Amino acid sequence: MTPLAPAPRAAARRATPSRAVSALVVGVLLAVLLVFFVLPVVWLLLAPTKTADQIVHDNPLSFGSLHQVGRAWRHLYDFQDHALLVWLRNSAVYSLGSLVLTLLTSVPAGYALALTRFRGRKTLLVITLVTMIMPSATLVLPIFLELNRFHLIGTVWSVILPFSFYPFGVYLVYIYFATSLPRDLLAAARMDGCSQWQLFTRIALPLAKPVIGLVAFFSFVGNWNNFFLPYLVLPNSDQFPIQVGLNQLLTSTPSFNPVAGAGLNITIPELALAIIVAILPVLVLFLFSQRTLVSGMLAGATKE
Amino acid sequence: MTLLATRQVTASAPRRGSRPRRWGRGSAGWFFVAGYAVLLLAFGVFPTCYAFYLAFTNSAGQFTGFNQFTKVVRDYRFGPAFSHVLLYLVLWLVTLVVLTVLAAVLLRSRVRPGLSALLRFLYYIPGALAGVASVLVWLFMLDPDVSPVSWLLDRLGLHTFAAVLAPGNLPVIFMLIAFWTGAGGWMVVMYGALNNIPDEVIEAARMDGAGPWRTAWHIQIPMIRQWIAYMTILAFAGGTQLFVEPQLLQTASLGRVSPAWSPNQLAYVYAFQQGDFNGAAAISVFLLALGLICAGLLVARSNMFTLDET
Repeated sequence: MTPLAPAPRAAARRATPSRAVSALVVGVLLAVLLVFFVLPVVWLLLAPTKTADQIVHDNPLSFGSLHQVGRAWRHLYDFQDHALLVWLRNSAVYSLGSLVLTLLTSVPAGYALALTRFRGRKTLLVITLVTMIMPSATLVLPIFLELNRFHLIGTVWSVILPFSFYPFGVYLVYIYFATSLPRDLLAAARMDGCSQWQLFTRIALPLAKPVIGLVAFFSFVGNWNNFFLPYLVLPNSDQFPIQVGLNQLLTSTPSFNPVAGAGLNITIPELALAIIVAILPVLVLFLFSQRTLVSGMLAGATKE
Repeated sequence: MTLLATRQVTASAPRRGSRPRRWGRGSAGWFFVAGYAVLLLAFGVFPTCYAFYLAFTNSAGQFTGFNQFTKVVRDYRFGPAFSHVLLYLVLWLVTLVVLTVLAAVLLRSRVRPGLSALLRFLYYIPGALAGVASVLVWLFMLDPDVSPVSWLLDRLGLHTFAAVLAPGNLPVIFMLIAFWTGAGGWMVVMYGALNNIPDEVIEAARMDGAGPWRTAWHIQIPMIRQWIAYMTILAFAGGTQLFVEPQLLQTASLGRVSPAWSPNQLAYVYAFQQGDFNGAAAISVFLLALGLICAGLLVARSNMFTLDET
């Protein structure tokens, strides 16, 4: 209990039983939370190692065999002629395509909002803030109606372009440049005859690497996990991203759909394996990015 | 503002004076924001306006006043959809605020730093499964046949999957899913906010004889109040948009769950099953308004978003 150490006197005066109770409450609460958060993950990782029958009858936290993982993978791979790989590829195209467009638009925009003055700047900032705080799902149905009006439903762009609109990214870049790019540096470069374009590419961009990583992380994770928009605008299975594909797999699992799922090899281990494969890219990013998350969420409070 | 203008003028004074300065500056700004501004207009402003337009007209494009709104409000599914979500929101926000703040305080001041970092990391990992994956995982957790906690479900009198998916349980189920994927991240954020409180403040409280619980209640929690408000508003706004969770549960329950359980689902039913885009737009205008109010509240009432530093 190192954090308690600096106040030994105050601590010593307290009655020991109440301290013990207090410590017990703390321990139990944190342990219950730990089980709540971790148990489903552990179960998920173990599920593909067992057959559907073993999952029902064996100890829920037992390990089956790696051989069974291979079998589950073959069943999954054979589902609708390796649809899983098509969905994964689609997800990669949508997430990475919109990531590129997001970076190309949000980095210059955040830079200009922070360091140049132009008419309408304030309006643009306010709209950006409001759309950033509004849940992105609010705009999904209106965007669907709009795309439908212009007959863009079912095209790759109906997902990539709306995904590329990322006001939170603009805000992060804006805050970053507004707080950590010294204005004197820009003024000096301007004196040396740098054009606006050179100021951006030679001075601002090289300094922006941390915030570009931040925007890329949030954009990729959000778009990879997005379900609502592609669910509405992509009618064909061969265009689905993996999230919508998982939904399709679910309807093909006998345990949840005895009628449509009968005769298919998609059972619980296959579905669990599909979930793991689907989240793998995001999970890998998460393993290394706790700091990223905090700095992103705390970005609004950088001002003292 | 005047100060700023002078600074700009002096900064660019040594340059050859022939260039029209003001115009030059402004156009450079617009050049940089152009790409983003196009996306903002196309996928932020325009869809919002178009939804409003559809909500005030009929399928023939004639202006119909508030008819679409009265139509959807009178729909027998409208009231239940909003009350479902309201119940879910109450459960979700209370659990989120109480447990997140409590856990953050404990992790900050009652646990060894190394253990605290490990716990924060483990609490935060399920966030990677946000969306469809989390719902599927929880379908398994709640299916008495395969759940690792089937003994607990048994104890609660839930012996079959159908019993678990009884309508009255749904708000709790969605709360569990939302907490599982979202709370860990917020605990990390709250911990970060608590970390920003200067050590001297906590030390002073200790010197005055305040125990850890009193320090938390009187010093730490009031000092992160704005973060708690921020989290609550974002979680509220996000919660009103519930779609993926009830939609997947509806699929998995073979239709036992209503396909119009949440307002967003009702809008979906209007658009995709009834082909009524105007009605769908009217519902999304309600949801847009809720989102806008939350966003407006945060921007106007808190000093968290630095709009202009000059």
